[in-house]
Amino acid sequence: MLVPQLINGLTQGSLYALVAVGFVIIFGTLNLVTFAHGEVYMVAAFVGYFALAVYHLPWPLALLAGMVAGAVLGMATEKLAFRPMRSAGHMPPLLITIGLSVILKDLAVIVWGAENRAVPSIYQQTIQVAGVHVSVLQLVILALACALVGVLRLLLHRTRMGRAMRATAQDHEAAYAMGVNINRVFSVAFALASALGGAAGVLVGIYYNTVYATMGSTAGLKGFAACIFGGLTSIPGAILGGLIIGVVENLTVQFMASGYRDVVAFLVMVAVLIVRPQGLLGKTLRSI
Amino acid sequence: MTPLYAFVPSARNRRVWVPVLAGAAAVPLVVRSEYVLNVAVLAGIYIILASSLNVTNGYTGLFSFGHAAFYGIGAYTAALLATRLAAPFWLTFPAAGLAAAAVGSAIAVPTLRLRGIFLALVTIGFQEITFLVTMNWMSLTRGPLGIPRIPPPALPGISFRSNVAYYYLILVLDIAVLFALTRIMTSRIGRTLIAIREDELAAQSCAVPVFRYKVLAFGLATFFAGLAGAFFAHHARFVSADSFRLDETFVILTMLIVGGMGSLVGPVIGAVALVIIPEAFRFFAEYRGVVYGLILIGVILFRPHGIAGVPGIIQPRGAARAPAPPHKPEPALDVASTPESAR
Repeated sequence: MLVPQLINGLTQGSLYALVAVGFVIIFGTLNLVTFAHGEVYMVAAFVGYFALAVYHLPWPLALLAGMVAGAVLGMATEKLAFRPMRSAGHMPPLLITIGLSVILKDLAVIVWGAENRAVPSIYQQTIQVAGVHVSVLQLVILALACALVGVLRLLLHRTRMGRAMRATAQDHEAAYAMGVNINRVFSVAFALASALGGAAGVLVGIYYNTVYATMGSTAGLKGFAACIFGGLTSIPGAILGGLIIGVVENLTVQFMASGYRDVVAFLVMVAVLIVRPQGLLGKTLRSI
Repeated sequence: MTPLYAFVPSARNRRVWVPVLAGAAAVPLVVRSEYVLNVAVLAGIYIILASSLNVTNGYTGLFSFGHAAFYGIGAYTAALLATRLAAPFWLTFPAAGLAAAAVGSAIAVPTLRLRGIFLALVTIGFQEITFLVTMNWMSLTRGPLGIPRIPPPALPGISFRSNVAYYYLILVLDIAVLFALTRIMTSRIGRTLIAIREDELAAQSCAVPVFRYKVLAFGLATFFAGLAGAFFAHHARFVSADSFRLDETFVILTMLIVGGMGSLVGPVIGAVALVIIPEAFRFFAEYRGVVYGLILIGVILFRPHGIAGVPGIIQPRGAARAPAPPHKPEPALDVASTPESAR
């Protein structure tokens, strides 16, 4: 029973990791925290649901649609909450994104209803690897998560924009003085982060066959817990944090009451913040 | 004329607060509708909640996002004492405050080494943990079923059949809480907390035991939140975890920010305004969250110190909207106020 739970945990954890990496990109470049990330994820999940269940598009297109919707929403968030508040410290943008997340969540409940929507399932077959049954869907999700992180890495390390982003992450002012258009950098950072969050939303909808209007808050907070694990600025740390939280959650279900599953992420987050606020891999500051 | 945020009721400005109090006391004589009185009682509860959150977030500049958890701890303490041990209101009420303050101070000791955004996040985490434990600890809290049949307050000579009695009770409690907060905040304690907010290092160099005062601020804020919870439990006569979620924290926080942080009248104005405004648009009941969100965003963008708040608490002074260089990253670990024992 342990191995399947481990695989469940890794799959779930890879989705948390995608959300967490989004937080890291934003915190890494802007040094600020957004609270609307979970709602971006929720809206993208709904876009994926409509693409799959209503328009019967193939799933890669649904995934792409969700990512584009996420990116657009993310860039809008940056324009509304972060650009006018560039020099206002941490709190005002955080509070604006809190307002935004409340608005988006309530609008979603009003427009799409509070009930769960069924997402059609894909890849229902299982294959046997070394005597263990693994669902193909889980493998697809794990592969996609890896691919997305790989693409992100390429974007950050092999393109001009990626270099500008890393420079801005190191020092806004110096990058600005060197002619980097930091407004565009911030916009792209939000687009990338929100596209990853959107991908996570669509994949979660496919994985659990369901989307609902309030799915964003918990996912956002858990992604956040995962990213704190990595010290807010380390992408590998955030991925590791997401995977650990996913696995530990599933083991909690296995060995304890399932109701306490969600407590794990927050206990981890609080413990890490108190004991080691720079995170487990926080030494690799700025190396996004 | 003193600015609104400096308003402290005293003999000099009695022309302002005496009519307001008299008007508040006269409301049940004019209004007979149970519904309107219920809204007024609700406003009274939120006045305590927003004013108590003001102690940490406003006066001391410590951003806590877990206020609803302490409100809930107070409500559950009162509910359990009243239903299981048949404790009377005069006992459950202070017990709820003390329970919330005990948990609040216990949380504060390890978390107050963090500052700014990190403190906010750890309190959000604590808020979620409290909610999930309340939902799952079936033997104590009955989980999602909640605790029904909480008796109304039993005070000699007063029958709590209608909202009139509740209204006068919360009015008296509001006055008591606001009086206590006024006395505390204009005393040495209050001045010390404000000094910590303005410049922690300077306060420390003046031999202020910063860490102890921060814990005290947390204890005070959570104590009053617990009192509000006890009143809520005896008024609603039913508590369930759903009333004390993160969303509720955001509601209280929005009231505080709209009214204005760091002033005595701010949270009172904010609480009353934000309870009444959505009721006025009752036809759009489902848009309540949208209205709150829009109000919060609008206030932060255009008037970050709210209606009657002290400027510069959530936004550093002079850093309004100019394209100034980005702020320096905030250190996660607050070395200055680490307790001696933890060093």
